[in-house]
Amino acid sequence: MSCGQTLIDYGLRSFGIGERLLPKTDITFCEQFVLIGSGMLWNIYFAVCALALGFIFATVLALGKASSHPWAQKSAGGFIFFFRGTPLFIQFFFAYELFVQLPRNGFEFAFLGTDITVETRWLTKAWAGALVVLWLNTSAYTAQIFYGALRAVPAGDIEAAKAYGMTGAQRFRRIIWPNMLRLSWASYTNEAIFLFHATTLVFFSAFPAWRQQGDALYYASYFAEQTFNPFIPYPIVAFWFVLGTLVIIGLFGLVNARLNRHLPSAPKIRYRPRLIR
Amino acid sequence: MRGFLFCMFESCADPSSLTGLAWFACYLTNGKHLLFYQSFGTVLGLLALAAPLALLFGFAGALAKRSQIPGLRQIGQVYVAMVRGIPDVVFFLFVPLLIDQGIEVVRHYSLCESTGPIYQGNDFVVCDAAKMPLSSAEPWVHSLYGFALALAAYAIVFGAFAANTLDGALSAVPTAQLETARAYGMNARQSFVRIQLPQMWIYALPGLANLWQILIKATPLLFLLGIEDIVYWARELGGTKGSRFAYPHPDWRIYYFAALLVFYMIMTWGSEKVFNRLQVRMSVGQATLSGKGAAL
Repeated sequence: MSCGQTLIDYGLRSFGIGERLLPKTDITFCEQFVLIGSGMLWNIYFAVCALALGFIFATVLALGKASSHPWAQKSAGGFIFFFRGTPLFIQFFFAYELFVQLPRNGFEFAFLGTDITVETRWLTKAWAGALVVLWLNTSAYTAQIFYGALRAVPAGDIEAAKAYGMTGAQRFRRIIWPNMLRLSWASYTNEAIFLFHATTLVFFSAFPAWRQQGDALYYASYFAEQTFNPFIPYPIVAFWFVLGTLVIIGLFGLVNARLNRHLPSAPKIRYRPRLIR
Repeated sequence: MRGFLFCMFESCADPSSLTGLAWFACYLTNGKHLLFYQSFGTVLGLLALAAPLALLFGFAGALAKRSQIPGLRQIGQVYVAMVRGIPDVVFFLFVPLLIDQGIEVVRHYSLCESTGPIYQGNDFVVCDAAKMPLSSAEPWVHSLYGFALALAAYAIVFGAFAANTLDGALSAVPTAQLETARAYGMNARQSFVRIQLPQMWIYALPGLANLWQILIKATPLLFLLGIEDIVYWARELGGTKGSRFAYPHPDWRIYYFAALLVFYMIMTWGSEKVFNRLQVRMSVGQATLSGKGAAL
């Protein structure tokens, strides 16, 4: 079988498109490379969705933690502490058990006179359940970064905005938020990379892979088990992740340049590894 | 310990007759639960061993990276850079396998009489004498070997990160201090040992504290390495137990995982407190803002 044919057969295997049976004997390098790359699509899906959702929630959480309202401060602080203080690995296990306990038929309740059914079945599937966990987790880490940046916004800028007669919402949108993003962007880039790396835990912890449709590491461990040779699949995973990391650094670097375009030279993003969450 | 507990709960002999609190007291002190509690010791033991080992690896890595010798410097740089772009989990799965197979290959060529090819198609074949540990070995040898492999993986991965932190801290010692040392006639070695090394720690502490927190949160990965750690026991004990078990109960895994979450929260919270105190104590008399007691 040629490598092009392998690409057609297995390129989208992780999403259930193409050949269903995984290669069992005479596994070629091409098959390993393509299938692990196909699994990477899941890692990309989790990373992109969790980051996009997490960005919004993290802003809210950071504002909550920085607010003077004790109730908002406590609840945002507690949320951040919980998700940053416990291993993501166990959060996955706990969330899976929690989602399994939810009633099979979903919740039924009446709201404003109409009966509403909230489906909960899909939460036990990785695409939704794991995404919720990753989303909440990255929100907590990002909120801590944003919170630090919020406190570092120059007081003079805010005073000047007040002197110009800007309302609270205007100040936030035009002064505080852009400053916060600018100051936190380097750390946020790192957070994005770690989240991307953390997506490897999804199929490795609690959420079962449905019809052997897993992520990069899922296929890598499958090949390592089938061939008794970890020296090919794991370096392939490493290759794909290094590639993904470089793409993230490139994209976030563009945003960084845009955020700092008023400065003579944008502060460089330094990649500081932080390993497991 | 176990004998004492059995004495304490003599009534546990017949669990089916128990109800309420007495049932729970017996349930939580049965043999398997004692193993579960012991596995917390495994986690703490791993932390206690992995932290100094990683520091050692990190120190070696940092020294290699700063070395004047060309070959050594590149090794140090590759070691630190290697862990950056690649997910930790991949390392945790790969490194123990690598060491395990490496040892068996070496033993195969030195101990076996007929040295046939090891990689036969999809099979990894070494002779019985080269198996590590030997298949005739006691079970505890197997688990100890597994633990040692896991420990090596933690030491190597966290060593790379510690190397990065220590390298930065060594650079952060004010150059004026080192120049003064040279002016006093100290040679490179003396100024390193007497001036640079003792002052490095205060700069390294925040980074090392962060690494320690990460190390704590990395311990559940032991489960992926096939070690009977707290995650293994939480799954094992929490699963549904039918009526043929002494203590039948429905699926309680969620409560066991909740307990693990609490355990980790206490660990990280406590470490944070300890490191904050350490930071204050170590800052005394240092050439930093907090050390001089100056206001920001």
